[in-house]
Formats: sequence, C-alpha cells, structure tokens
Amino acid sequence: MTTLNKLFRATAFKLTLVIFGLSVVGSALVLGVVAWQVIKLVDAETQQTIEEQAKGLAEQYDAGGVRRLGQVIDKRSHQPGSSLYLLTNNAGEPLAGNVAQLPPGVLDQVGVVDTPYETVDETAPGRRALARIFALPGGFRLLVGRDLGDRARIGAVMIHAMAVSLVFFAALAALGALFVARRVLRRIDAMNRSARAIMAGDLSLRLPVSGSGDELDRLAAGLNDMLARIGDLMTGLREVSDNIAHDLRTPLTRLRNHAEAALRSADDPAAYRIALERTIEESDGLIRVFNALLAIARAEAGADGAGMSAFDLGEAVESVAELYAPVAEENGAALKIEAAQGLMVVGNRELIGQAVANLIDNAVKHGAPEGEGAAKTEITVVARRDGASIAVEVGDHGPGIPAEDRGRALERFVRLEGARSRPGSGLGLSLAAAVMHMHGGALRLDDNNPGLKVTATLPAAAETPRLPAAQAAA
Amino acid sequence: MSPMRILIIEDDREAAAYLVKAFREAGHSIDHAADGVTGYDLAQEGGYDVAIVDRMLPKMDGLSLIGALRAQGGETPVLILSALGQVDDRVKGLRAGGDDYLAKPYSFSELLARVEALARRRPKGAPEETSYRVGDLTLDRLSRKVARAGEEIALQPREFRLLEYLMQNAGKVVTRTMLLEHVWDYHFDPQTNVIDVHMSRLRAKIDRDFDAPLLHTVRGAGYMLRDDPQ
Repeated sequence: MTTLNKLFRATAFKLTLVIFGLSVVGSALVLGVVAWQVIKLVDAETQQTIEEQAKGLAEQYDAGGVRRLGQVIDKRSHQPGSSLYLLTNNAGEPLAGNVAQLPPGVLDQVGVVDTPYETVDETAPGRRALARIFALPGGFRLLVGRDLGDRARIGAVMIHAMAVSLVFFAALAALGALFVARRVLRRIDAMNRSARAIMAGDLSLRLPVSGSGDELDRLAAGLNDMLARIGDLMTGLREVSDNIAHDLRTPLTRLRNHAEAALRSADDPAAYRIALERTIEESDGLIRVFNALLAIARAEAGADGAGMSAFDLGEAVESVAELYAPVAEENGAALKIEAAQGLMVVGNRELIGQAVANLIDNAVKHGAPEGEGAAKTEITVVARRDGASIAVEVGDHGPGIPAEDRGRALERFVRLEGARSRPGSGLGLSLAAAVMHMHGGALRLDDNNPGLKVTATLPAAAETPRLPAAQAAA
Repeated sequence: MSPMRILIIEDDREAAAYLVKAFREAGHSIDHAADGVTGYDLAQEGGYDVAIVDRMLPKMDGLSLIGALRAQGGETPVLILSALGQVDDRVKGLRAGGDDYLAKPYSFSELLARVEALARRRPKGAPEETSYRVGDLTLDRLSRKVARAGEEIALQPREFRLLEYLMQNAGKVVTRTMLLEHVWDYHFDPQTNVIDVHMSRLRAKIDRDFDAPLLHTVRGAGYMLRDDPQ
C-alpha cells in the first residue's frame, strides 16, 4: 500500500472529510438563514416605502384628479434614485411615469406584485420590481413600485461569501485531515511495528507511549499492561512446568523404585503388602501436589463466582486455628488465637479457609525455634479489622525468612534452605498468596523479631445483612 | 453392614469393572449402566440404596441426570464421582442435587465409607434421634451430655460434635475427610494429621479409663465407633 493510499484510508482522514462536509452544510445553512432574514427585512422596508408614496399620490389625486396625479408622477419620475411610477388610461397607454415596459397583464393584477420591468432611461435587462397596482375610476391604472436591485445584490453577496468560505473550509479541512491522519498514522504504524516484533517472539518489547496522555497513549498503556500480565503468566507457566518436572519426577521415581524393588526381591506377601502400601502413599502425595497446583491455577485465573458468599472471617480463622491447635501442641508450640468476631468478607470460604490453614500449617512445621530441646514456642494467630480491610496475621518464633528470600518464598515449589528436610510440597504459601490475590487482597511476609510473620489481607465486605455461609456437604 | 443395592453409572469400562468388583467384595449388590440415559432409566425404576454417578457421561451428563431424577421426585441418595475436583465443581455438583461429591482419583475405602454413610440416612420426614448409645457410651443431643458407664464425660464443643457424628455412623467407617467436612465444614486437604490428633484426644476421654475400647482406627481408611470388638 502506498503512503498516499494509506493516508486516504486512514480513519482520521475519513473523519476529517465528514467534519468538512458537515461544516459546509452548516455554514450554508447559517448564511442561507441570514440571507433570508435580510431579504425579508428589505422587502418589508420596500413595501412600506411604496405604501407611503401611494398615500402621498392618493392625496394629490383627491385634490386634483388624474391630471394632477400625472403631473406629480412626471415630476417625481425624474428625480434620481426615484421609485417606479406608471399611470395608464383605460386603453392601457402610458400617461406618465418612468416604467417603459411591463409583461402583459401585470397591470390587471390589482395589489402587490413582484414583476420584471424596463425603465424609460436605460434598458438594463433582468430588472425586477416590487410594485403595488391601484385601479382608479375611469379605467386608469396606477403602479407604484421600487426596484429590487438591493435584494439581488444582497443575494449575490451571500452566494459569494458562501463560495469563498467553502474554498476556505476545503483548504483548511484538507490540511487538517492530512496533518491528523499522518500524525495518527505514524504512531499507529509504530505501534504495529512493535506488535509485530512482539509477535515474532520478543515479549520484553512494549508499545511506544508518546506521553501526551491522549487516547492512543491510553490504548498503548492498556495494551502494555496486558503484555506485562501475559509476560508474567508466561514466566510463571515456564517456571511451573520446570518445577513440576522436578517436583513430580522425584516422587514418581521413588514410587517406581519401590515397586521395582518389591518385584525384584520381595518373596513373601507381607513384603509385597508393605511395598504396595508405600506405593499408595507415594501416589497420594502426588495427587496432593496435583490438587494444590490446580487450586493455585484456578485461583490465579480469577473467581468465577461459584462458591462466593459473605462470611465471618474471624469465625473461620478461629475454627481453622482450633483445628490445628492440637497438632501445634504436639509439635511443641502453643497456638494463641485472637480472632475478633464480625469480620465480614465476601469470598470463597473454602479457599480462604484453606489459605489460613496453610499459613498455620506452615508456622507449625517451620516455626519451631532451631535446635533440639528448645523451649516451647508460641504461634500467634490474629484476625482483626485494619481500616477498609481485614488482616489475618500468623506469627511464629522460628528461624524466619531472610528479607531477600521473602519474595521467592511465595513462588510455587520454592522450599527455602532448611525447609527441604521437612515435610511439605512448597505450595502452601503460593496457594495462600493466589487465593488472597483472587479476592483482591494480598499476602505479606515480615520479620516477627524473631521468626516469621505472615499477614494476609482481604477487603472487608460492605455493611450488608449477613448471608449464611456456604454449607459444604449437608 | 447389611448388603446394599448400589447403582453405578460410569462410562469408563475399566473403572466400572473395578468398582463393581470392589463393591461386590464388600458384600453389596451392584447394577451398572454405561451411559446417562440407561442410568437414568435404571435409577427411575428405583429400589437402590445409593447411586454413584460419574459427571461426564455419554448421552446425558451426570448433573442433568441428577436434576431430572430429582425433578421426578426420585430420592435415591446420589454420590457424584468426578475428575473435576475443585471447590467450585463440588458446589455445582451439590447444588444440582447430589448428596456427596468425591473427586477422582479417590481411594476405594473413602468411596465405600461415603456410600455406606449415604445409604444409612434417615428417610425424609423421619424424626431426628435425640440421643445415641454405643455399648455403655451415651450421648444426649438435647442436654449435650456424654456419659460412659453412667460416668459423665466433659467434652469440648468440637469434641462433642466429633463424637456425635461418629455415633450417628456407629458401626461404619468414617474417613478423615468426612470428619473434616461434617465437623469443621471444610473440604480442603489439611496436609497434616490434624484429624488424628483430635481423635486421639477424644479417645483419651472416652476410652482410656475403660476396659473395652469403642473408638477403633481402621487402617488405611479412618475410624469406626463400634461396641463389639471383632
């Protein structure tokens, strides 16, 4: 496509043409209305002049009859810039006046007429007059009129103005269209080039943003945000597939090894039994990892509305904490629960409950102080209102996570040094973070001095009548 | 457990054959349908204690089948068996009229326990029992009192609900996920042996000071409250 061709096809160009057409029609309308009003005014004035003159002539006629009238008309006719007069007898022959020629039959129409005429002095073609015709006794006719040259001149001026403005508009519109179309085209071409480069595989490229904040900029910024999100998802996907390969291969290998070893060396039913039980155990572990991965993927893809309800997060936190309290105690940790009531949130109770459970589970597993025989530790679980959001804090006094590792700790399958020897899939915190994001909240890791403090925040529900929490199996 | 009549609607032949064999070994009588329409017709004829329905079936999907069955007034308890195992899928399944939902892959002991628990449900309209007795252990739901051999046992509210659920299902296997669902109203995987710790605390209260244990651990499956040790 040639540049010119492209220019003519550009939306901006077409738009400018439409605006041009509309402004021509608009200005024609305005000028037309003005001309019409002016002509109406001129006509009204002309008629009034005619009326006054006719009145004067009528007085003369009353005083001296047709003869006197003829004299007056004769006299008036020869004054410069005079009105038009014609007096005829009953045979239609002119007796006095400055009108030489009239179309036949005009004088028979008594009243106001708009007619072509010719004067006595000059024979300029195409003159028109507005005139009033009176019938006098004895078959005499009197015409009093005014030339309509003024009216014609106004019309001509208007048409001229319209033509000039049209040319002016056209030039302006063409220039504007060219300017806008070229400017927009240049930017869109640049965006297109970037888009093609991105499609070709360079996901780090972004569309150019001019900084003017106009609609093209906003479009580019929106698309760039979308690209950033796609990039994140792609990176996440790649990392996950790498991690799945690693974290599922390990238990799969173990599972296979156990089965193989049993086949090779076991010779009594009890040994087979043990091997099979271990196999089932391993596969249960694998299923668990799969389920966690699926739950994270679902949560990251966003809520689909099913299973959403308003419920009391404080109550939910309390019941989950109570579920874990005996386990914590067995692990040498006292679970201290401080959950306020009436902390209403809207969300998936099941998923949020699981997220809270993961946080507590995490604290129970990793929150014990280092070293054997360490004193009994305390894990605090707090649910409280924090401005417009609800915060759930789980704090332990374990080794904690160094500040530089905290971001990484939320990624899938990441099990930090020291945690690898302990049970866990490395998915607990990722799932909790994904669930919080899905509900418009966040998950933050802080120092508990010493230990780790995980804070999950969720937006508080607007003050609405309480809905019943979703029931699981009845 | 008295034998039950169970209808299995599952299109995968191998999975169906496995289920039929396993349930027969557990002493139940089984009918099998390989598609939704056949399954619906069989279920309509009635007389089943429980129907196990796969979600994705040829000719008529599982949820539509259950919806149609319920619309016709069919009250057969239905357990939905599905590869779709996320929270939302479960909610949809139960809303469609299912009584329980189990995601694939499942363990057979879990499925068996759930099916037996479903079949045992009271018929609609029957009055709810207000007290339970297993051996010399009694639980009164109204006064919320628990006693063994006439001696009152003090339980925490959650322990009371645990025991209540176990007594409702006395003589049946109750799995850990069933306990989590019915006592805590959660369905997620708690990762840790949280339920076991609660159970050992309950056991300490109801069994420790008495000769015959009532609360038994069923290896690889869950727990069972029963009087006569077998």
